[in-house]
Amino acid sequence: MIKKLHKKLMEREISSVELTEKYLATIEKKDKDIFAYLTLTKDIALEQAKKVDKKIEKGEEVALLAGIPCALKDNILLEGVRVTAGSKILDNYIAPYDATIVSKLKKNDVVILGKTNLDEFAMGSSTENSGYGPTKNPYDQNRVPGGSSGGSAAAVASEEAVWAIGSDTGGSIRQPASFCGLVGLKPTYGRVSRYGLIAMASSFDQIGSLTQSVEDAGIVLSAISGKDKKDATTVDFFDKKFEENLEEKKKNLKIGIVKEYEKNLSPEMGKKMTEVAKFFEKEGVEILEIELPNVEYSLAVYYIIQPSEASSNLARFDGIKYGLRVNDEADSSFSESGIPKTLLETYLDTRRYGLGREVKRRIMLGTYTLSAGYYDAYYIQAQKVRTLIKTDFENAFEKVDAILTPTTPTPAFKFGEKSQNPLEMYLADIFTITANIVGVPAVSVPAGKIKIDNKEMPVGIQFLGKWFDEENLLKIAHIWEKNKN
Amino acid sequence: MISKEETKHIAGLARIGLSENEREKMSEDLSAILDWMKILQKADVLAVSPMEHITGLENSAREDQMEIFGKSEKLVKLFPENKNGFDKVKSVL
Repeated sequence: MIKKLHKKLMEREISSVELTEKYLATIEKKDKDIFAYLTLTKDIALEQAKKVDKKIEKGEEVALLAGIPCALKDNILLEGVRVTAGSKILDNYIAPYDATIVSKLKKNDVVILGKTNLDEFAMGSSTENSGYGPTKNPYDQNRVPGGSSGGSAAAVASEEAVWAIGSDTGGSIRQPASFCGLVGLKPTYGRVSRYGLIAMASSFDQIGSLTQSVEDAGIVLSAISGKDKKDATTVDFFDKKFEENLEEKKKNLKIGIVKEYEKNLSPEMGKKMTEVAKFFEKEGVEILEIELPNVEYSLAVYYIIQPSEASSNLARFDGIKYGLRVNDEADSSFSESGIPKTLLETYLDTRRYGLGREVKRRIMLGTYTLSAGYYDAYYIQAQKVRTLIKTDFENAFEKVDAILTPTTPTPAFKFGEKSQNPLEMYLADIFTITANIVGVPAVSVPAGKIKIDNKEMPVGIQFLGKWFDEENLLKIAHIWEKNKN
Repeated sequence: MISKEETKHIAGLARIGLSENEREKMSEDLSAILDWMKILQKADVLAVSPMEHITGLENSAREDQMEIFGKSEKLVKLFPENKNGFDKVKSVL
């Protein structure tokens, strides 16, 4: 899609301003119902579009992404524009600087249409936890778009953006991509700088894209990846053009299917997986059953470490330096020696009124698992099991080039279906979280539709690749994508 | 099982004010989630080291050079209460 639009721009079939206006008109028409966007940046978008049109007029060379309208998840800083992370505690927060990826996108002359809705602080799988209301799935508005990057997914799926940036801590790009029929790429931990991303769980967080094709995912990755001195976890790699040579097929390609996941498959998803495996065998790819003996612990490991890190990262939202401050007169019945009660009450009340239920639940959980007496039993135990899971993956990747799983256990669920039971909501992440636990890249690719309540809803399949091997991962995903078209 | 008293203690540590009702629901939720995490006790972790960094980076350092941020005014504007360019807060002592 991106290359096609780039060609149209270069051949003056359409101008960037016309393209941008077309997308803004679609937003105007559809977003009242879909609610993909929290903030629109119409002026910034049109100004950028004009700049690109001028460059093209002058015959200057422009980047592939130049002049093409995209959307940015609202936990990423765009200087001068409100950034809420989906939370009321940041309702009036204006980003004082650009995230590294935003600087990179600006260098590529990308047109940013606006900031998209998400579960508060990216904690959730449906956008139902957003402090501003949920985003609807464009395929069926009674269903969730997935989360936490649900706004980004819905924006692309309803043609309110050509592509979008998301962030993925436990599946927050791939799960909504699957629910909205898109390609969702979570790069390797360390591939993309998180400077300017509002941190949630720092040992899992990674920025990636929601796009209409594998090639588009490659184009965006080429633009946003690279070492950044402002994010010490980023790794030095030679610049790559991930969108090139996608047709190349490695010889003796092997794809693994996880034995332990079989019991988690619904009959429909089981059928889908068999269909995909058969396709690859026909393509001459060897399908192997692999064992990940410790993968059954993934959800428990994730839901200990993630809240622990989040409880620490979110300690900064205390009503002192920025964001909401609540000075309530009511007595909180708390006191702590050494802290004046009025100051303590500012902390307590600001967080009480500024944060939503799920965020409070995870901060509480993380505070508990990190507290004296429980730290070893929960946090350290989880980090030990994390080592075991990583070893499982290292062993698996000695035998195969990629691992194939469904992206989600089911297609998009209905609003309210899981929101009352946190454990059930957490299960929506069962296939996606392992990539974050072990840090490998993973991509969700559309795999047709499944009929549910007489509606055809999209589902995705997921490929997990070796650490920093997005190149082959995208090539493998492309083999499947080609078949679909 | 996380008691309501324990929930109150954790809420204090986490600096989250909770009403009586919220506390009750929270202790139920936390109990259910922590119960479910007991599965981890089954894992054989004898002689296994806890994960420290997932891609194995060690001592990721850069030169300690000063850079001018140049946008401090923007940060000052974000203070909830701003007095003469300072962040006005309740007394700390």
